[in-house]
Amino acid sequence: MAIESDVVVIGGGLAGATAALSAAREGAHVHLISANESTLRQASGLIDARGYPDPDADLDGDRRVSAPGPLVDPFAGIEDLPENHPYRVAGADALREGLALFDDAVGDLYRGGHTDRNALVATTSGRAKPTARYPRSMAPGVVSDERPMLLVGFEAATDFDASLAAERLSAAGVPFDVVGTTIAFPGEYRADAAVTRLAHALERDECVGSAHGENEGQGRTTRQRLADRIRPHLGDAERVGLPAMLGDARVEEVRADLSERLDAPVFEVPTGPPSLPGIRLADRLFAALDEAGVSMTTGMPVVDFESTGGADGDRIDRVIIDRNGAQIPYAAEQFVLATGGLVGKGLDSDRERAREAVFDCYVPQPDDRMQWSKAGAFADHAFARFGVEPDGAMRPLDAEGVPEFENLRAAGGVVGGADVAREQSASGVSLATGLVAGRTAAEEA
Amino acid sequence: MDLRPGADSCYKCTSCDTSCPVAEVDDSFPGPKFQGPEQWRLKRKEDTEIDDSITGCSNCMRCDGACPSDVPLSQMHNTARGEYVENQQPKLSREYIRNRILANYGTLAGLGSKVPRLTNAIMGNSLVQNVNEKLLGITAERDFPEFADRTFRSWWKQRGGPMVESEDKRIAYFHGDYANYNTVEVAKALVRVYEAFGYEILVPDQRCSGTPMFANGMLDDARRSAAVNVESLGDAIERGYDVVASCTSCSMALRQEYPELFDFEGTETVAANTYDALEYLLINENVIDPLSEVDADDHDIPDFAYHAPCHSRNQGLDRQAVELFRHLDGVDVADVGDSCSGISGTYGWKEEKYEYSMEIGEEMFEHMEHAEGQTGMTECPTCSMQMEHGTGYEIDHPLQVLEAALVDTDVEV
Ligand SMILES: Cc1cc2nc3c(=O)[nH]c(=O)nc-3n(C[C@H](O)[C@H](O)[C@H](O)COP(=O)(O)OP(=O)(O)OC[C@H]3O[C@@H](n4cnc5c(N)ncnc54)[C@H](O)[C@@H]3O)c2cc1C
Ligand code: SF4
Ligand code: SF4
Repeated sequence: MAIESDVVVIGGGLAGATAALSAAREGAHVHLISANESTLRQASGLIDARGYPDPDADLDGDRRVSAPGPLVDPFAGIEDLPENHPYRVAGADALREGLALFDDAVGDLYRGGHTDRNALVATTSGRAKPTARYPRSMAPGVVSDERPMLLVGFEAATDFDASLAAERLSAAGVPFDVVGTTIAFPGEYRADAAVTRLAHALERDECVGSAHGENEGQGRTTRQRLADRIRPHLGDAERVGLPAMLGDARVEEVRADLSERLDAPVFEVPTGPPSLPGIRLADRLFAALDEAGVSMTTGMPVVDFESTGGADGDRIDRVIIDRNGAQIPYAAEQFVLATGGLVGKGLDSDRERAREAVFDCYVPQPDDRMQWSKAGAFADHAFARFGVEPDGAMRPLDAEGVPEFENLRAAGGVVGGADVAREQSASGVSLATGLVAGRTAAEEA
Repeated sequence: MDLRPGADSCYKCTSCDTSCPVAEVDDSFPGPKFQGPEQWRLKRKEDTEIDDSITGCSNCMRCDGACPSDVPLSQMHNTARGEYVENQQPKLSREYIRNRILANYGTLAGLGSKVPRLTNAIMGNSLVQNVNEKLLGITAERDFPEFADRTFRSWWKQRGGPMVESEDKRIAYFHGDYANYNTVEVAKALVRVYEAFGYEILVPDQRCSGTPMFANGMLDDARRSAAVNVESLGDAIERGYDVVASCTSCSMALRQEYPELFDFEGTETVAANTYDALEYLLINENVIDPLSEVDADDHDIPDFAYHAPCHSRNQGLDRQAVELFRHLDGVDVADVGDSCSGISGTYGWKEEKYEYSMEIGEEMFEHMEHAEGQTGMTECPTCSMQMEHGTGYEIDHPLQVLEAALVDTDVEV
């Protein structure tokens, strides 16, 4: 026996969540298996579709060290991308439909769906980052807005140097005045207190003074004290950016309260991991999966599979997860591989070659490992495009161009053909390929 | 055991820290990243002592599941705590004595359950509770769990052992101390449900799984217990039985902590053949179809507020009850969220931790109160205590719900 469903999705990142939702909406019973808590919990929360033109476009011409200016319209020129780019493989409407599925699932948590154009969002490193969707909590921070801006960093949260970020934004020529300052987070916390601890302090609006000490219940609350500390720095600023830790699920309440106290809209600036916007997004998407009746198993990797040969090639019967030594089989009609790229562990590499980690699907690559990478962090590294190469139904193909398995599809970072870091398209690729993989899987299940 | 290589795979993303329920409320606790990889890196420079903050860790093991880089955090904590207790903690200190008593609950329970009514009366006496708090540091805020009139093992013996015989469907039941002495109805539910599905049940010799001992750094006690369990369960496995446990901390201990901490012969075999009771049924039987035929309202099965214990989460089992009971008509099983219940076995019994324990549990209590159901459900006996303590609800085990739906009715399974 085995645990049975119509579709098994392997991987709990954005691609896996999208594929599962897409298949469930087509009526399939889906089981989502993820080795770890969702990677979304670390992601910035921004949903990039295409921020820069394909860096490969002028491969034969002058070598660019970094890509040229950001794209206004992420959809423009998709048809000119290389044939094996996931946006081309998944089909003309896949990105648009993927974004629509996303918009529907996250509802009011996100902004950006009203237009086809990229927004520019200020980051902690002082960049204006082109992105297709951004959390509502970041909305007043968009760079096209011309109101003067104050950026506020916290002494404890060292990865956001607000003054430096402000300087860089100014140097980049943003159409508004921006200054940065650093203050101490109100209350007595360990210097290395987790960001979630501070976020919850804001959310619960705890009284400052230790929770158990003599001052309990006296004095002002965290939000009041925070506003008091920011106010002297306000100057002419008409909006205030803080690191993205303004509460957990109740961020809008925290933001509204602080905005009122400061008489200026307060927004979040996306941070590195662990990331509250990422956590909120993961929670929202998993709630949508739960509502759609998707079953989920988190914390155990798929380590093996069983297949049988069929007329149209091999068929996967079941995948096996390892639960601390016990091998648990999950059977389904269709399987979706959404295990991520080299970072997400969907791809593995040793001295000789890069391989797809679960089913050992074919991963095209230069024979000579020396050609994997070029000098310079932003150069056109071959390995950045590594991944399986699927057909239009997202089925990974072998070296001869035949589907590896008739019932396996791939989505997200495990799919090759795009340099998502240079192109700033990671989430868009996951949405587009996840949508198609999930839908085609459900149709055949 | 050399865990330093594991420390090297830490890339300091702090995901573990943000998942730690203790660091969230206790500012003196530096969090899992420090307890784990940082401490083990420091140990490379010999003779560093273990930092005494290790005793603040409740062993909920949530950090394990949060780490994207597979750093063996709880193994590091367990090992460090063991070293700390062995080499640095004074054996005559009140803390050591109290922890030893809490960790060896089973031994006391064995004595107490010989005269259950008397013990219940004594332990329920507020004077005794105050003495416990003052003298031993065991909180007086909590009521001691009552002992059942008769232990599960004696019920099983009197019943004459298994009622079903089978060559190919055989399970060895690891009930643990709690279901034997206190929540005997959970153990009985397991027997009835499994027999309804045609299983022959063996109740093998066993000691405490060791969970409370790991959490208190009493590794010698744990090793003695584990040796007995591995041998006895290993025998059963050889005779064709798979091991199932009804407590998710017990299955966690057998599956993960034993192989991480001990190397008796057969440890790996026991780990690979041990399952949670609900998990095993779902893998091997069609539970869904018969369950779909039942209408809960006909059998007075209430709505539930379900809490997934941290140790079930760690085994990837946190969703199974909610997903299964979707198929039971007339019942609403609301997941009360992914927070820790706060009691973590013996942690919430310690006088100096009680307040933290309740603060951690606050989120769960709130969600329970907002849920439709006025009855709780969980797999873990101590989470169950905490749920009851915080809300006054009665708490069931998923096996009891299955029993009510499938055994007490005439459904063909
Ligand atoms: C820190 C960080 C920041 C990011 N910032 C941005 C950003 O600003 N903008 C943007 O657009 N995108 C961003 N992303 C990328 C985005 O969130 C996704 O990671 C990306 O779209 C790829 O998604 P994926 O689902 O294919 O892979 P991943 O996100 O890598 O997820 C892979 C999943 O598969 C699971 N898995 C792997 N192997 C197995 C196995 N054998 N069995 C079971 N499960 C397995 C993993 O546990 C993981 O859950 C960021 C990601 C990270 C991690
Ligand atoms: S086991 Fe639990 S309490 Fe201990 S460090 Fe890890 S998360 Fe924190
Ligand atoms: S989660 Fe893992 S990698 Fe991240 S800081 Fe903790 S131990 Fe290190």
